[in-house]
Formats: sequence, structure tokens, C-alpha cells
Amino acid sequence: MVSLILLLPFFGALICGFGHRMIGEKAATYVATGILFFVCFLSWIVFFSFNGQTESVPLFRWIASGTLSADWGVRVDRLTCIMLVVVTTVSSLVHLYSLGYMGHDENWKEGESYLPRFFAYLSFFTFAMLALVTADNLLQMFFGWEGVGVASYLLIGFYYRKASANNAAMKAFIVNRVGDFGFLMGIFSLYFLVDSIHFNDIFAAAPEIAQTQFTFLWREWNAAEIAAFLLFIGAMGKSAQLFLHTWLPDAMEGPTPVSALIHAATMVTAGVFLVCRMSPVLEFAPGTLTFITFIGAMTAFFAATVGLVQNDIKRVIAYSTCSQLGYMFVAAGVGAYPVAMFHLFTHAFFKALLFLGAGSVITAMHHEQDMRNYGGLKSKVPFTYWTMMAGTLAITGVGIPLTSIGFAGFLSKDAIIESAHAGSNAMAGFAFWSLVIAAAFTSFYSWRLVFMTFHGKPRGDHHAHDHAHESPRVMLIPLGVLAAGAIFAGMIWYGPFFGNHERMNAFFGLPVHHEETVAEGEGHGAAPAEAGHDAAATADHGDVVASETGADAVHAGETAPQGAVFFGPDNHTIEMAHESPVWVKVSPFVAMLIGFAIAYWFYILDPSRPKALAETQPILYRFLLNKWYFDEIYDVIFVRPVRWLSTFLWKKGDGATIDGTINGVAMGFVPFVTRLAGRAQSGYLFHYALAMVVGLILLTLWLSIGSAG
Amino acid sequence: MLGQDLSVIAPELVLALYAMGALMWGAYAGRDASRMILWVSTGVLVAVGLWVGVHAGGTQTAFDGSFVSDGYARFAKVMVLFGAAATLALSADFLSRNELMKFEYPVLIVLATVGMLIMVSAADLIVLYLGLELQSLALYVVAAFRRDSLRSTEAGLKYFVLGALSSGLLLYGASLTYGFSGTTMFAGIAMVAGGGEPMSVGLVFGLVFLIAGMAFKISAVPFHMWTPDVYEGSPTPVTAFFSTAPKVAAAAMLARVLFDAFGNAVADWQQVLALLSLFSMFLGSFAAIGQTNIKRLMAYSSIGHMGYALLGLAAGTQEGAQSLLIYLAIYVTMNVGVFAFILNMRRDGQQVTDIASLGLYSRVDPARAAALAVLMFSLAGIPPLVGFFGKFYVLKAAVDAGLVWLAVAGVVASVIGAYYYLRIVYLMYFGQEVEPLDGRMPSIHWGLLGASALAMVLGIINLFGVESLAASAAATLVQ
Repeated sequence: MVSLILLLPFFGALICGFGHRMIGEKAATYVATGILFFVCFLSWIVFFSFNGQTESVPLFRWIASGTLSADWGVRVDRLTCIMLVVVTTVSSLVHLYSLGYMGHDENWKEGESYLPRFFAYLSFFTFAMLALVTADNLLQMFFGWEGVGVASYLLIGFYYRKASANNAAMKAFIVNRVGDFGFLMGIFSLYFLVDSIHFNDIFAAAPEIAQTQFTFLWREWNAAEIAAFLLFIGAMGKSAQLFLHTWLPDAMEGPTPVSALIHAATMVTAGVFLVCRMSPVLEFAPGTLTFITFIGAMTAFFAATVGLVQNDIKRVIAYSTCSQLGYMFVAAGVGAYPVAMFHLFTHAFFKALLFLGAGSVITAMHHEQDMRNYGGLKSKVPFTYWTMMAGTLAITGVGIPLTSIGFAGFLSKDAIIESAHAGSNAMAGFAFWSLVIAAAFTSFYSWRLVFMTFHGKPRGDHHAHDHAHESPRVMLIPLGVLAAGAIFAGMIWYGPFFGNHERMNAFFGLPVHHEETVAEGEGHGAAPAEAGHDAAATADHGDVVASETGADAVHAGETAPQGAVFFGPDNHTIEMAHESPVWVKVSPFVAMLIGFAIAYWFYILDPSRPKALAETQPILYRFLLNKWYFDEIYDVIFVRPVRWLSTFLWKKGDGATIDGTINGVAMGFVPFVTRLAGRAQSGYLFHYALAMVVGLILLTLWLSIGSAG
Repeated sequence: MLGQDLSVIAPELVLALYAMGALMWGAYAGRDASRMILWVSTGVLVAVGLWVGVHAGGTQTAFDGSFVSDGYARFAKVMVLFGAAATLALSADFLSRNELMKFEYPVLIVLATVGMLIMVSAADLIVLYLGLELQSLALYVVAAFRRDSLRSTEAGLKYFVLGALSSGLLLYGASLTYGFSGTTMFAGIAMVAGGGEPMSVGLVFGLVFLIAGMAFKISAVPFHMWTPDVYEGSPTPVTAFFSTAPKVAAAAMLARVLFDAFGNAVADWQQVLALLSLFSMFLGSFAAIGQTNIKRLMAYSSIGHMGYALLGLAAGTQEGAQSLLIYLAIYVTMNVGVFAFILNMRRDGQQVTDIASLGLYSRVDPARAAALAVLMFSLAGIPPLVGFFGKFYVLKAAVDAGLVWLAVAGVVASVIGAYYYLRIVYLMYFGQEVEPLDGRMPSIHWGLLGASALAMVLGIINLFGVESLAASAAATLVQ
């Protein structure tokens, strides 16, 4: 069934992309959408029927070269199941939504065919994303990784007549290449260390890797640290973490459904998925985990501050996405992988909802995206308003403190903040405070968005406001479904992801002995040396078996740690998080209230206030408005030198030297020789005879000299 | 003893007897039988070709070892016979159209072919010269076959005078070789030449003169000067014949002399051949660019291609000999196809040889244009067509023999040479529109053109097994 889920969207893309001339545009888009809904249905079946036991099903051999072998395979575990439902649910809803949203697009001329292309890209993206999440080896994962990159590139640049869209597409691709390079290096290093790229082999060998030193860039490193770090570089690129985040806001040039699907709910979370997937390696790389925590916290904080002042509705949500991804990385960094996945799961619902809602507003306002020209739309687009409200309540984390009742974001975000507080690495404290502050900012910019868009007086073009209208039903249904997810997803799955430890272990298929460890750990407080030793001994034993059976995935699978994620013997973050003090549990709620209150004050009670504040703090305002000047700094440090070098190589190197030589030879030297040869062919017999005799003499001389030498 | 000797030379004998019989037939039956004789001659050539081809039985010698029939000779003979038959079949239409249909033509072609068969089987300098002169005399006559055309007679005369000069060089070389080795038999020369100590200067000179004389026949630079004029001046079927069978025979003969008589002095003749090959490849590429006449262009093309064939031979290894045979087989196949096309370039019944007349030919006759385009790509050596593999084998042989510089030069030359082949394709598909050619194509021409082009495409699968045949043929030559 999972292989069906994997392959059907691919066929959907093929049928839609290449078959639309035969079956017609409408039919093609309906087929793609229908396939996605069917796949989504199957995914939910898999999700509910999955029993927690990791299964690897090889489909067929892909590459076999020396010791390197890679299958097209499907690895079904809890992580895969979560990603399957996230990807297919959002994707199918976005397909449906796009039927309405993309139906009439002013960017295309009358009669131009663009719909099948769009749907084919969407379906292809879904296929690549599913290949990524179902991969049972790093190479297939990389295939999916690059596949979603390509789809993202194509969809960001979907309006290829717009220069800005093309630039954004290129920027996304190039920035991602930086991350992908790290990811590739990570794969290489793991293959170098383990001699296999199958997850089972790598996981089994992880404790051994942690004992290995590895020379890289003229220095000795711990092998596990370097491999994990390199993989995380890849994750940073895909998930738009700080320093590699600059592409994400620009990616909003793509059509809004694309933003919802790729740049909010699915592709950008691939980095989080990668980190969770590689948890058995990461658990042996505490340094990298600390780094991940730091980057995640910085990103969450940074993006939230920038989100405060943006005026483009999609950019606000884009920075919000960036910030929420930072939250997830913090959770992963402190070792609470299920919590990271929980937030990923809930975030997919409410962020896709916000984007699609924004899309609905944008359609209503005739493709106006500047929130300063909105206002008072509540009555014009009531359904969109209420669903957006649900999304906002979810992202800001509204719920009843100290209970597990609340919107999706309330449960998952609070779980992250509690985990950050409980985390034991050096950056956990910093992360905790960053996240709490970021939560206040999140609340502010989210409510600011709602207030500026739906409340107050209409601003900007009257004409647009007069004609504002609610979107068609195909666009509202996805909004409704996602709103339901944003409201209930957190409450329903709080237990298995975070709240209840036994249910969590069962949910993620974690081994029993870990539960025992946990039980003892909870009983005695500190980490029990015995259990830790026991786990290490098991791991050691696993190594022996792994090295005996070599790279054979089937046998090595027995020795890899069970379960979808892995906790090191010293990792008690989640247990500790349950024990968090009350003030920790309440702090995000308080932060949310503060953010709400300020937003209410600034945009409802006293709308002149923000402008006044911006005028009194011009430097800070401009610093935030210009996104901490990252683009400008990169432009000076990277873009301009590279452009200068490229221009130099192009004009001087390629143009003058290579082309010049070729042209010189082709247009000067060759015709010259040709003319010479033509003149030698005089037609006179004695010339010909002379040539023969001279040639003979030359040959004789040549040979005599040659022999003598 | 004599009976055994005769059985070894049976194919040559049969062809020679047939040629004399046909001469009688023509003399008594008159002009009306010419057409019949031409087709019968074609049939006889094909039949003998098949006979030689299926004839098994290792290496046989006759007349005290001065004539040898081995796998190598048979491979070359099959190419010669089929090449001659194909070009003879192509000539029928042209000859009758231009009132040249005389029974002497097929007879001369058959006699020339007999000469070639003797050339490739010669294991003695005297037999070699015998075969060479038999072939040459017939060729001098057919070059001037259009007696009322100034150009044709000029071509015949030039070819004759320069051919006489080259024969002189060859004979001088043979004399020197005989003088310094004491024998005219290849096997005897091989015992004296090389084999540990350096060759005597006399023998070296003899070798160079022999090579020069034979290089004239395969039109290697600088003994090529006759080629463009003779190709242009001769009637087109004669040009087609010149560019196929005699080239194969001369190249095969050269390889025979070098490997059998001077097999122990590879280092000596390698230098000479490398130089000839280098000059031929580059001149063939450069000079052809300026041509406007397609027959002259094909003359330079054949000079260039012989340069590549010599590149394989210059390797001086069995692999090199194999690559030479493969190259020749491919070259002959391509040329038959191209000349089948050229013979039908006509406007208002007049033969046209101007390249510009091919402008937008693809609109006049898409199928013919496509076939010629395939052949041109193949001649230029563009993968994946078979012409590429011909070049690939000779280059590989050269590289394996340590002649990397020569192989690199060959690649550079082929890049330059690709220009004029591709220019024809360009003209046919994107060129200036001109008054269209209107020649209708006889089915036999169509068959040969189509088969040749198709072979260039389908041959990439396994080269029709030529590779392994050439390998075993080369193995009998180089021991």
C-alpha cells in the first residue's frame, strides 16, 4: 500500500503533464486531484493501522556498485506515517484549492495552457516528497530531497514572465545547493565510515562511529559529530534556518497554494524530518545537537522579529514559518524528537490554513498583497475570516494553561518550550528564553495580521474593497478542513506525541528496555548507570553483529535500534519536560497574552501608534524591515565577488581566450591554410611531380635523421 | 604442383579468363551487348566475391611462396570485389545516359580488379608489381574513358604520367631492396630487415621508395596531387570506382609489404607512415573546405580518410591492422552510398557537381537528403554512426601503440574536417533555395544509397560482425 502511495502521485504528474492534450485540461487536473485524495485516504489508513514495528520493503535495486548499493525501498515507521498523512493531506487539499485559485490567472494570456503544468508540478512535488519520507537509505532520500528542490524551483518560478519570480526561483535553488552540498558531504562521510548508506546499517553502527576520529579539513574530528553536522547543514538549507533562510521569503513569488504546500507545510519541514530520522546518529553527537538548538533558537527569534514589521501578508506568514521551523529544531536539538514531529504535524495544518486563507484574501482583493491596503474585510469574507481566526488562535497558542485543552499550536509549542527548559545541553537555557520571547512576537505579528486585514477601516483602493467577495467553494472546503485540523489535531494526538510516555513509546515503536530505563530514571531521578551501561552493551553487541554481517541490510536490520526515533541512554528531556515547573508551563501563554494585548493596542485602539514608534526608533525599525540586512550582507560578501569572478571568467576567460582562440583558428588560420592548399593544387603536372619528389626527399631525410638519432 | 598453384589462384584465374571472354563477346556481339556485359560482369564480381568470402581453409601459398592466399587477403579481396561490383552497378545508368556504354568499360574494370586481387595476395615484389601495373593500366584507360571530353583525357594523362613516376619510385625501391637483401620474396626480406640489428641504409631507402610508390596509389600526402584533378575530370562512375576498390587494394598491399617484408622494422616505417598519415589527415580536412565541386570534395575526403587508415597502420600492431581493415570496410560502404547520390545529381538531364546546387534539397527529396545527411555525419565521424567507430578503432590502436600525439592530431583534424561534411547537411536543410535538381533515381542506386545509410545506423549494434572478421584477418597477417 505504501508503494502505491509513493507511485500514484508520480503517475498523476505524468498523466497531467503529458496527457492533458489527450484527455483535456479539466480532466487532467481532476485526475491529479482525485489521485491525491485517494492517496491521502490510503495514508490515513496506514497511519491508523500502523503497529509501531519498523518495516523496510525494498521495491527494486537501484544502484549497485562495489559496496555501494541503494534500493528503491519503502521504510515504514512512525515518522514515515506522520509525514505521509501530513504530505498527502495538505497536498490533496492544496490540489483542490488550486482548482479554484488557479482557475483564472491574470498572469497568463487568454487561451494559454498553464493549469496542467501547475498540477503536474504539484503532483511531482508530492511524489518527490513521498520518496523522501519513505526512503530507507540516504540516496533515495537525497533523490527526494533534490526532487522537491526541483519542484520548488519550478513552482516558485511558475510565473516565468516575472523577473522577480525567476530570480526568487534561482535564489531558492542556489541557497539550497549550499545546504545540499553539506547533506551530500554528510552522506559521503557516513558511507566512508559505515560502508553503507542504508539507515539500518548506519543506525547500527552509530555507537561505533561515535568512537571514531575522522580527519576533515586538516583536523581531527569526532566522526559522529562531523557526519551529523554535515547532515544538519543540509537540513538548514531545506528548512530555511538562519544563514540559509534568505530564500524562503522570496519564494513567496510563487502562487499562494505553492507557498502553503511547499514553503509552509511540507518541503521546508524536510530538514526537521531528516534530523529526527537521523536521531540514532545525532544522539551520539552532543556538540551538533547543541548547535542545532542554538540555530533553531536564533532562527525562531530572528524570524519573529522580522515578522513584526513586514507589510506583505505572505511575507509575514513566511517569516512565521521560518520562526516555527526554528521551534522544531530546538525540540530536536534538545533531544525531544517526538515533540519536534508533533509541532511539525500541527504546524502543517495551521500554517497551510493561514497561507490558503491569505490566498483567499488575496483573491478577494484582486491580487493585492500589501496589508496596509487591507482593513475591514471581516464582513466581506466571513468564512475566510473565521478560518483564519482558527489558524491564528492555533499559531499563537491559545488554550487553557496547565491542561491539555487548546488549539493545536498551544499543545505542540508549549511542549517544545517545556522541552527546551528541560534540555540538558549548553544552549537549552538560551533556547528557552528565545522561544518564550519569540512566542510573544509570534502572537503580536499574527494578531497584527488579523487586525490589519480584517478589522479597522478599509484602506487603499476603494474599488478593490467594493468588489471584494468571498472565494468559491472549492477554496473554502480546504480552509474548513484545515481549520478543523488546527483546532483539534493538538488535542487528539497530544498523548502519543508527548503527553503520555507509554503511549509515546508505543506510538513510535520504541523498544521495551528503553521503557524500563525510563521507569528507573523517573524513579531515581538521575540517569541510572546500570541501564545506561546495559544499553551501551546492547549497542556494542550490535556492532559486532553488524561488522560480521557486513553491509547486508537484512541482517544488519536486526541490530539497528528499534523504533522510529532513538533516545540515547542519557536523554531524559521528555521525562524532565513533564516535570517542568508551573511558571515554565505558563510562560508561553503569558507571552502570547502580552503579544495579543500590544497588537490590540497598536492596531485596534490606537492605529497611529505603530507609525509613531517606527519614527522614534528609526534604526531598529529599518533594521527589522530590512530583515537584519542579511540579503545586503550576502550580496556584498558572496554575490558580488562571485559575479565579478564570473564576469571576469566569462569575458576574459571564455570570451577572449577560449572563444577568441577558436574563432581565430576557425576564421583566420583554417581559411588561410585552405587557400594555401588550393593554390598548391595548380593543375600543372610538373608541380605535382615536384611535390612527389620533394616529399620523397623529405621522407628519406626524416627517416635517416630518425634512425641516426 | 601446378594444379595446386592454380587452385590457389583460382579466383584471379576465373576473373582473368572471364575478362578475355567478355572481350571476345563484346568484339563479336558489338555495342548492343555492352549493357549485358556490364551486368554479367557485375554478377561475376559478386559471385567471385561470395566464393572468396565463403572459401575457408587457412593460409595457402602458390608459385614457391610468391603468392599467398590467407584470411587477410580474402578479407581485402571481398571488399575489393564487392566495392568494384557496386560501383560497376552504379555506372550503368550514367554510361548509357552519356553515350559511354561500351563493352570495354566493364572489361577494364574486371581487369583492374584482377590486378588488385593479385596486389593483395602478393608475397613477392615482382608479383606485387605485376598486380599493381595490371590494375594501373586499366585505371589509366578508364580515367580517360570519355575520350571526347577534354577534362577526362587530361585526367587520364595526368594520372598516367604521375603513375609512371610512382611506378618508377616503386621499382627503384624494389631494386634497392633486392640489392641489399638478395631476394624479392617478402619472407626473405624479413630475414634481412631488422631482426635485432639496424637495417642497412640501402634497405631503409628501399623501404622509403616502396612506401612512396604505394602511397601514390592510396593518394597519401604528398603523393596525392593527382587525386582532385583525376576525380574531377573522370566520368563520375570512374571516380566512384577510384575512391573504393583501388584504395582498399593499395592500402591492403601496403600493409602486406610492411608487415610481411619489414615486420621486424616497425620502428622505421612507423615514422614514415605517421608523417604521411598526419599530412593526409590535415590536408584532407583543410583543402576540402574551399571546394565547390562535390567530386573534388570527395577527392579530399578520400585523402583524409586514407590518412586515418594509415593512422591505424602506423600503430604497427595487430590491433592496428585490424583497425585498418575495419576502417576500409566502413569507408567503402560510405563511399558507395555517397556516389550513388552524386551520380543522380542532375538538372535537365545534365550532371551537376556544384555543391551549392544542393540548397534546400531536403524539400526536393526528403528521403534522399536524409540518407545523404546520415552518410555525411558518418563520414565526419559523429557518434553514434558507424563512421565514428571506424575512427574510434584506429585512434585506439594508435593510442595503444604509444602514438598519442598522432591520435590527438587525428581528432583535431576530424573536427576541422567535420566542417565540410556538415556544410553539405547545412545546405540541404537550411541553405539558399536554388533551382531544384530533378534527377530521378534508378532503383539500384536507391538500393545502394539506402542500404549504405541504413548500415551506418544499424551497424552500431555490432558492425555486422566485421570487427571479429577483421580481427581474425589481421591475425593471419601479423604473426
